Amino acid sequence: MSTVLEGLYYSEDHEWVKVIEGNVVLVGITDFAQQQLGAIVFVDMPEVGSKVTFEDEFGAVESVKAASDLMSPVTGSVIAVNEDLVSEPELINEDPYRAWIIKVAVDDMSELENLLDSASYQKISR
Amino acid sequence: MSEVMKTCLYDSHVALGARIEDFAGYLMPIVYTKITEEHQAVRTNVGMFDVSHMGEITVKGKDALRFVDYVFSGEITTKEIGKVVYGMLLYENGTIVDDLLVYKVSETECFLVVNASNQDKDYSWLLKNQGGFEVAVINRSHDFAEVAVQGPKAEQILDELFDLNLDTMNFFTFKFANILGQEVIISRTGYTGEDGFEIYSDPETIRVLWKVLLQEGVTPCGLGARDTLRFEAALPLYGHEISDSITPLEAGFKFFVDFEKGDFIGKSSLQKDLEEGSKRRLVGIELSEMAIPRQGYKVFVDDEEVGYVTTGYLSISLNKPIALALLRSDKAKIGTKITVEIRKKHYQGFIRDKKFLVKNYKK
Repeated sequence: MSTVLEGLYYSEDHEWVKVIEGNVVLVGITDFAQQQLGAIVFVDMPEVGSKVTFEDEFGAVESVKAASDLMSPVTGSVIAVNEDLVSEPELINEDPYRAWIIKVAVDDMSELENLLDSASYQKISR
Repeated sequence: MSEVMKTCLYDSHVALGARIEDFAGYLMPIVYTKITEEHQAVRTNVGMFDVSHMGEITVKGKDALRFVDYVFSGEITTKEIGKVVYGMLLYENGTIVDDLLVYKVSETECFLVVNASNQDKDYSWLLKNQGGFEVAVINRSHDFAEVAVQGPKAEQILDELFDLNLDTMNFFTFKFANILGQEVIISRTGYTGEDGFEIYSDPETIRVLWKVLLQEGVTPCGLGARDTLRFEAALPLYGHEISDSITPLEAGFKFFVDFEKGDFIGKSSLQKDLEEGSKRRLVGIELSEMAIPRQGYKVFVDDEEVGYVTTGYLSISLNKPIALALLRSDKAKIGTKITVEIRKKHYQGFIRDKKFLVKNYKK
């Protein structure tokens, strides 16, 4: 069984979005996603300052066996990446909702309406 | 092959909580705990693999050895009984039907161990080419299950349990032995770059053997670790480093083609290649930047595409991104700077030898 936290937004590609304040959000992958991937050995993150676009690839998480593209759940600018994941990518396996990947300044917050709430995401992540 | 098959150890894999996937038509364990842990168990201690999906074919009759020498890249006629030879079945054009082990059982019988994914194709290929030879080709895949016990402690644990006198066995030899009151074939062979043994017997015997080894603390390892281990040892996997569009010369396995013996399928094409030089060559690649080169990713020299990655990993033993890649021969010199295209970006690296890991075989 995988955990789904309340209060977050979810994409069908198994990313979560957490609103920090204003238009600033954190993006990570869900517990379901990390379980599917297995032990994560590398996270390919975008550069700070780069643009991300809704449903476009912005990086990848890689297990021993395979690379899995990260699809952005929002459109905006990357204002930080989680540097802890460079040396400890396994943090995503240990606590996927704490191990955020990118921090984004979202262009238009109404875009979050495209995403799922926890109850809807729970249904597709079983 | 529409119906997915299970090996005799399937229930044990499920009970151990393995992640199970369809591989070559069999439900096989990919990983039990973590690939890295299973990998390290084999490098430092002892692990075991269910490889019952592998295909076994017996070739017997008056012309058995002559027939094998005609369809196989290696040479078997002059070898001693009890020898195992690695090599390939080749097409006329020198590309590869499959790679396999040939066990010389007697002067009139060989035991062939082939890839699960190719076993039907191999069997048909052998039947197709047996004309003119007094030989019987028998598909025995359903009679045999197989366990590979691999790692520096493999000999010790097997000898303590079953008293097999394994210290007298050389690398790439086999014998018939008695385990748990049943006859098995045991060979000092493997696919990990470590010392180890492969044991073949009927499914019931293998099931009991697996259970005993589990109780003794041998780490069960899935196909995930099998691939990371063989890759570090630069051992080829069909469909990656070798295939029906790659020759053994391109893949760097000239050593396993015996040009001195008589005619064999593929010989004239490979001889021509040998004289003219192969157009492609399998090399090692190491990236200087952190990224993981995966199968199919393109390799560039001076912005020109020169080949592709056949297998790549963040090496568990070396903790570096390394790969095997098939490149144009004129661009394949060791030390050459390359880039690999990964998700539309180019990452810097260089061509290196394929000795990622010093193999730990007992000669």
